Amino acid sequence: MSVSAVLTVNGTSYEVELDPHVSLLDAVRDAVGLTGSKEGCDDSECGACMMLLDGKPVNSCSYLALQAEGREVTTVEGLAGGEGLAPLQRAFLEHFGVQCGFCTPGMLISATALLRANPDPSEDEVRIALSGNLCRCTGYGGIVKAVRSVAGSRPS
Amino acid sequence: MSRTFASAATVDEALEAIASGARPVAGGTDLVVGARQGKAALPEAIVAIDRIDGLRGIEQRDGALRLGALVTHEDIVASTVIRERITALADASAIVGSHATRAQGTIGGNVMNASPAMDTGGPLLCFDAVAVLHGPDGGRRLPLAELWTGPGSTASEPAELLVALEVPAPAAGTGSAYVRLEYRRQMEIAIVGVSAVVTTDADSVADARVAITALAPTIRRVPDAESALLGTDGGDDAIAAAAAAAAAGSSPISDVRGSAGYRMAMAEVIARRAIAAAIARARGEEVPIPASAIGRNG
Repeated sequence: MSVSAVLTVNGTSYEVELDPHVSLLDAVRDAVGLTGSKEGCDDSECGACMMLLDGKPVNSCSYLALQAEGREVTTVEGLAGGEGLAPLQRAFLEHFGVQCGFCTPGMLISATALLRANPDPSEDEVRIALSGNLCRCTGYGGIVKAVRSVAGSRPS
Repeated sequence: MSRTFASAATVDEALEAIASGARPVAGGTDLVVGARQGKAALPEAIVAIDRIDGLRGIEQRDGALRLGALVTHEDIVASTVIRERITALADASAIVGSHATRAQGTIGGNVMNASPAMDTGGPLLCFDAVAVLHGPDGGRRLPLAELWTGPGSTASEPAELLVALEVPAPAAGTGSAYVRLEYRRQMEIAIVGVSAVVTTDADSVADARVAITALAPTIRRVPDAESALLGTDGGDDAIAAAAAAAAAGSSPISDVRGSAGYRMAMAEVIARRAIAAAIARARGEEVPIPASAIGRNG
């Protein structure tokens, strides 16, 4: 049986009808219509679905959508501001941190969570924070460089 | 029966839902992930407990620490009092899953999932942690050694909810460590883990606790390893004897992460490292807690 709920995603409220078993990922992609977040493994191994929940990283494939009601959900679509891409997003392009792009939304969210909590992480800390985000094509080097390039330049 | 979802605001509301058949969920990092992996279907009736404010927070009461069931691994790593006094628990929480797992996963869920491979179990057991369970007839306190009855099973009643863990104050001169054998530093499940809590008095070992992880059907202490340390100088010979005893007390399984024989061989190595680190910390030497990138005090 579906339940009525209001999800707040990137600052906008959406009235949705959700089955209690629906994941936050499916709710945001299918009911809200924001398809930036991806389904990779669907069991919390790969991080392609990563979102922020009240500012903290969550693997949205393995989080019940109804538990997110009343909380702030941030997806990759919420990172860009009025002036276009966020500095972190531009850095991913400049440092070749994107190849096929499937892991990128989760990588960006994961790195955003890291930089908010730890504005000037070491390379080792970047690698630790991104270890729950799998990439099949870049080899990670460009991604780590991109995150490091904006470290220390971002308000927390 | 149709699927239902409720979000409890209080422990009483949660207990009422549980009594009528609902299963609790907090961070979802075991319940929902397990369902995604096909271990068990999601329950038809679910009660979310993640908004019960009374289940949050790390408090000191008469020297003991009380960890609300909703305390996350990130909270544990960030807690100065835990890093200083029950360091092995910070070692464990720092390496659970990824930073998303640590931000959402709770200590209550971790303990009640009763995995023999859980990282936090050994440290809690060695520090004599007690589970505070609430049920329809009131509360009771159960030492963790009595809570875990097998892989994935506990002595709690279906109508009970874990509300907190209490950890008594360790004696002065206590150091502790949790060391895990891992193929990678994050997103890993222990192949072998050993926890050690050692209290030194002048130049000798006054108290010792050693527990094994992923080496038996439940996380458990190994008394022979502990007695091998008691009264000794805590030197290399004593550590080697205790580590050998920890391995001898193991009965691992073979699975995708390692064979029983490999686990037996590594148990001694990891036990040696954990005991040595606990003794070093008891003596005031700096042994860093594993880096977790965020959720730390820096």
